[in-house]
Parts: sequence; C-alpha cells; structure tokens
Amino acid sequence: MSSVATEPLAAEPLAAEPRRSFQRWFREKGWRHVVGVLTSIFAVFPLLYVLSAAFNPTGTLAGSASLFSQVSWDNFAKLFSNEQRPFGRWFVNTMVIGLITSAASVLLGALAAYAFSRMRFTGRRVGLLSLLLLQMFPQLLAVVAIFLLLSGIGEIIPALGLGSQLGLIMVYLGGALGVNTYLMYGFFNTVPQSLDEAAKLDGASHVQIFFGIILRLVTPILAVVGLLTFIGISSEFVIASVVLTDPNSQTLAVGLYSFVANQRTEDWGVFAAGAVLAAIPVMALFLFLQRYIVSGLSAGSVKG
Amino acid sequence: MSPTTKPALEVTPDDGAQQAAPSRPRRVLPAGRRGPESWKGTLAKIILLGLVDAVAVYILTALFLSQSWAVLAIAALVTLGINWIYLRPGGLPAKYLAPGVLFLLVFQVFVVVFSGYIAFTNYGDGHNGSKEDAISSILTSSQKRVPDSPAYRTSVLEKGGSYYLLVTNPDGEAQLGTTESKLEDAPDAVKDSTGKAKELAGYRTLNFQEIVANQKDVLGLVVPLSDDPAAGTLRTQDGSNAYVFRSNMVYDKAADTLTDTDTGTVYRDSGEGDFVSDTGEKLATGWKIDVGFKNFVTAFTDPELRGPLLSVTLWTFTFAVVSVFLCFALGLFLAITFNRSDLKGKKIYRIIMILPYAFPAFLSGLVWSGLLNPEFGFINNALLGGAGIAWLTDPVLAKISVLVVNLWLGFPYMFLVCTGALQSLPEDVDEAAKMDGASPWRIFQSIKLPLLLVSVAPLLISSFAFNFNNFNVIYMLTAGGPRFEDTTRDIGATDILITLVYKSAFGVGTGRDYGLASALAIVIFIIVAAISAISFKQTKALEDVN
Repeated sequence: MSSVATEPLAAEPLAAEPRRSFQRWFREKGWRHVVGVLTSIFAVFPLLYVLSAAFNPTGTLAGSASLFSQVSWDNFAKLFSNEQRPFGRWFVNTMVIGLITSAASVLLGALAAYAFSRMRFTGRRVGLLSLLLLQMFPQLLAVVAIFLLLSGIGEIIPALGLGSQLGLIMVYLGGALGVNTYLMYGFFNTVPQSLDEAAKLDGASHVQIFFGIILRLVTPILAVVGLLTFIGISSEFVIASVVLTDPNSQTLAVGLYSFVANQRTEDWGVFAAGAVLAAIPVMALFLFLQRYIVSGLSAGSVKG
Repeated sequence: MSPTTKPALEVTPDDGAQQAAPSRPRRVLPAGRRGPESWKGTLAKIILLGLVDAVAVYILTALFLSQSWAVLAIAALVTLGINWIYLRPGGLPAKYLAPGVLFLLVFQVFVVVFSGYIAFTNYGDGHNGSKEDAISSILTSSQKRVPDSPAYRTSVLEKGGSYYLLVTNPDGEAQLGTTESKLEDAPDAVKDSTGKAKELAGYRTLNFQEIVANQKDVLGLVVPLSDDPAAGTLRTQDGSNAYVFRSNMVYDKAADTLTDTDTGTVYRDSGEGDFVSDTGEKLATGWKIDVGFKNFVTAFTDPELRGPLLSVTLWTFTFAVVSVFLCFALGLFLAITFNRSDLKGKKIYRIIMILPYAFPAFLSGLVWSGLLNPEFGFINNALLGGAGIAWLTDPVLAKISVLVVNLWLGFPYMFLVCTGALQSLPEDVDEAAKMDGASPWRIFQSIKLPLLLVSVAPLLISSFAFNFNNFNVIYMLTAGGPRFEDTTRDIGATDILITLVYKSAFGVGTGRDYGLASALAIVIFIIVAAISAISFKQTKALEDVN
C-alpha cells in the first residue's frame, strides 16, 4: 500500500505542508481512529440502549424515540416487587450455582491436569486425546438424556433430581474435565519439573507438591478457568431451563428469558432493568480480570 | 507425536519412575520429618473418604428401598472402586483423575450413550412409561361418576402437607383414604351430632375456607375403593360429599384389549405403543417401546420434516461458517489496525470493543430482539423513523440479523486472540521481508497471515464447533422464526439443529418427542465428530499431545 502511495507524494513536493502532514497522519494513524470510533459505536450502542430502557419509566418496548429521554428508578422498583418472578432469588441462585460450579471445576480440572502433566501411566495419551475430542461435544447436545436421567434420579433421591440446584451443579461438573483440563495441562507443563524434584528430595509428598507448589505457580490459569466457567455457567440456558422448573430455584438466564418470552413488549423496561443488574457483576469481573483472561486465551489456544 | 520432534525441555521419561520407586528418595530422610504431615494427610484422607462413603451409603439405601437392582449393583461397584483407588498404596494417577472422571463418565459420556438409546424409542408425551402404567392411567383417567352412586359424607383432613378424605359410608362407618392409599376403616374417628365423621387423632380437619384455598389439591384427590382398579374411586367436588367414580374402560388381560363399556368400542395393542380401535382411533396414553430406526426414518422421509430439516441443516452450516469467517475477518482487521504501540486511545478502544464479549450472551440475544423488533423496536422506530423493516420476520433479513448479532457477540474474542497471536509473531521475519523490499500487504499476505493461521487454526475449528451449536443467540433472538409455511411443525428459517432438538423435546404447544429429539442430537453428533476428525487431522493439532 505505501510503496504505491508514496510515489505520488514524492512526485508533488510542492503540495501544501499542513495538508500533506494531515494526509500522512490520516494514512498512518487517522484511519485507525475512524475504524476505532465506528467499531466502538457498533459495540456499545446496544448496551447504551438497554441501559436507557432500564431507566425509561414508560416500560414498554415502544417506549421512547431517543436514548435517555427520561430517567427514573421505576423499573428497578417493579423488578424487585414482582413475586411471581423473584429477581433477587434468581440473582442469588446464579451466584451460588456459578461460584460452586467454577470452584469445583477448577479443582477437578487442576487435579486431572496435574496427573496428565506430571505422571506417566498407561492410558495417558488416550485420556488426553479423548478429552480433546470431548471438547467438541457440548453437554447441551445430550439435554434430553440429561433431563430423563435427572428425572430418574429424582424418583429415588429427590434432592438430586429434576428441580434441584445440586443436581444441576453435578451435571455441569460433568463438563468440567472436557473443557478445562487441556487448557490447564498446557499451563502446568510450563512449570519446570525440577521444582517438583527438588521438593520431593526435601521430603514433600505428592499432595504437598500439588497444593503447596504447583497450584501456587499456576494461579493465573486457575483464575482464567474459574472465571470462564463462571461466565459460561451464568449464561447457560438450555440445561438450566430444563432442570429448574420452580421460579424460586431458577437462574437469571432462565428467569429473565421468561420475562420476554411471553409478552415481549410489555415488560420490556423491567426486563432491561434486570438485564443491567445481571450483566454488571459479570462485566465487572471480566474487565477487572481482563489481563488474566487474555493471557489464558492465548496460552490455552495459541499455545506458544 | 514422534519423539524426535519433541523439545528436550519437555517432561523426561524418568518422572514415570515415580510410581515404580516412590519411596527411594524418601528413605534417606530423617524419619521424624515426614511424621506430622503424613499423619495429617491420612486424617484428611479418612475424613474425605468417610464423607463420600456416607453419601454413597445413603444413595445405596435409597436404591435398595426402590428396588432398582441393576443401578444398585453399579453404584455399589463404583463405591467399592473409589475406596479401592484411594486406600491402596500407589496408583497415584487414578487418585488425581478419579473425581473428575467420575462426573465426566456419568454426565457427559453416559448421557450421550443414553441419548443413543432414546433415539431408538418412541419416548415422549403419551409414551412415558411401561404398558402397565399406561393401562392403569387409562383406567383412572376415563373415570366417570356412577349415576346411582350413594353420597359419602366427607371431611378433608391434613397431615404433613398432604390431604386425606375422611368419609362416612352409606352404612354410617368412618373410612379414611387418599390418592396413594385405598380407603380403610377408621373406627377411631370422632363423629358429630349428625353421625358424620369429623375428626381423627393425628390429623387436622380443614375448615371451609381452607378447602376453598386448597381447592385444586382437594379436587385432585382420587381415593381407590379397593386394590382392584375396576372397583372405582371416591372423589369430591365440594369437600363435603364424595361419590363413586368408575372407569368406563375395561381391560381384558387375556385378549390384551381395552373395551369402552359406553360405546362398546374395542381398543387393541397396535404394536407401536398405543391402543387403537378398529376405526383407527388412538387412545391418548401409550407406552414406551423400542422403535428401531423409525425416528431417523421419520426425520429423513416425513414430508412435514424432510424439507425443513434439510434447510435447517444447510443453514446450520452456513451460520457456523459465515459467523466464524466474519468474526475472524473483523477481529483480525481490528487487531492489525490497533497493533501500533504509538496509537493514542488504543486502550480505550480496546476496552469498549471487549464490552460485547463481556456482556452475558443470553442477554445479548434478548436485547437485540428488542432493538430489531419490527413493530416497536428502537432501530425501526427511532433510527429509521418508523420504517417497519421486518428484521426478524422476513426469512432472509432474519438470517442476516442473526449473523450481525453473532458478529457483535463474537468479534471481540477474535480481536483479542488475533492481537495476542500478532504480538507473538517473530519480528525478524518481518524485518527481513522489509529489507527485501516487500510491501506491507505482501508481508501480511505471505508471511503474517500464514503464521497467524497456524496458531489460530485450532481456535477457528473450536469456534466453528461452538457456533454449530450456538443455541443462545438463535433461540433468544428469533426462537428459530419466522416459521416455515410448508410444515405444521414449529420449525423456522433461522432454526439450527440444536434449537430444533430443544424445540422437539421441550417445545411449548407441540407434544414432547424425546425420541425424535435424541435422533436429531445423534445426527449433530455424527456431523460434529466427522468435522472435527477431518479438521484435526488437517491441522495436526494432535501432534502436540505426546
């Protein structure tokens, strides 16, 4: 691009100085700002819109013709006073299910990654390959079987059956190894083996090496996996909608969907208020820990 | 894969000797040093294993009580296996892998196999249980009030959250029963002045207001008169009088037929899990049977399903491929655009552009569905001045909308990944090419892009696999609509295979058909497996695994 472009520039050296430098600035950097601004508008516009709808007291979809024309807390008040759709409960449910699942996933994944990274055993290669392949098949494909399995379990042990959050968490944990182990395995391999050896010579047991040394050194990947699991679980709709039938035990994804599913237009303001509140923790986590996430993405996927 | 290509710093084989000779390095240590830790470790192990065993015993007991012998046997074996893994010396890898693998086997591997089984049954609405269940359910549901039934004067009692009918039979004797347990004599009941049984020790009698408040539960009480379903049941409509209800269906065990005593119609086992009369009339309740490949055959031959399924499959591929391509193209373009250390405001752009990725995915679809709503949506009404463009209701526009929304959701991820990959490219190649007089475009096309593709190819494949089953964006934005006109089923122009699976199994309005849904899921499985097998072979991603 520049080899062609510089020639006409060189051919007219008498061009006005400021104009030329603007052109150069634009060619070098300015267009990047144009792209940046356009993309930013595309990226941020729906978010501004939902924020505006949340504060718009009209409350219906047809509501207003411009963003932030009116601002009030009405929708938020309505959101928390609706007894059929207990938003507060959904929020707590989502946090509890998300936190327990991500903590347990991190632990299960780290245990498995440690075994794969540090030990040699028959079936290791097959195990790793199977995990790699299992990543391709998300659990939601088997949602019918999961539903029927849980309804069967529920007849014998009601605490783990349909409608139970514990049952849902167990189902989610079934996906823990497939998704996380491979990501963690790559990272565990970057911790030098000599550390383990040294600790072993000092008399540390394998448990001490794992919890005391390895886990501390791989904290970034643990944070990434935990965070990605939490974000994934808090957005999970398919399995949660099938398992959790009682409004009091539902998660935000299932509950907020029910707000719009039936009367898409009437409850729009209340839905928007709920959406804003539901999005804030996840977005805050994401932006604060952005550095970790990006490092994880390139560590696990680009695998340098 | 081949040992020669592995870098030397990789794990050396002798760490495998850890299992073979685990105690050798330890033996040289002073014995006292390991004492406390190993004591603590053992204690922790015993406590954890004890907890697991306690839960296991509870589950095994429940299984024993429900007489599920096959599951009980498997659960007992698993419990023994877990104890064996953790109590035996050595076998370290199993100790670390067991917890995750257990969940994986049950909730990821088993459910897939189970899906495979369901795909070969007629499981679904009206075909839920065994034939015996179906017959007894037909007999109960077809009950009508016996015209000359005497009135049983009734009180409604409550105990532990469930309701009972305390009736005074025509002979003046008190009897108690509920839906699950047949009518039994209750000689201890306290009667009022008219001789109506009113109270019973251990139970609470509901007053009129309470009966009205719990009307649904009270009216739902169906008390069998005896163990023989043909004897009929007692039901109440007002909480003060109960009448005998009897089925107008009679089951003939020897002939395996149901006869409607009112009309004389005979219903026979059709061999497809239903009772059908000679005129082809089918009873609503059937039972579960194995149907072989019928679900697959239906999917590919039924005119109601064949055409739509073909369009859905094509659109699934189009959606996944175009989504990955668009997101990657925009992400890469942006990554190159902002890959300049001296660009002002780079950080701000970056944060703003990550926002869509940080926003919960299920909400994005819902928010966009509001934005794009043809009648009331912000884009039509405010930005386009009431244009009324059918963003979500015209088949072609709906597809474009879905792609644009998915681009909005997906480009930040590709932007992040491409930025990372660009920055890890070696600089010297770039320099060398510049020295040789290559233009920036040429450098990008012949050097950077191939290098970049090598590192992001596995990612593009998993991104494809993800979008192939990207349920949230489709279901939340259009729910698969607009519906096809050439079918009565709930299938639409933006449906992808996974939304079709969900709608067949759990859709509202249409009956649940678990068998067909599982068959479709198996089809997705095969497609995804084939694609990932081919693409992994191509990218040789598997070579990383040694």
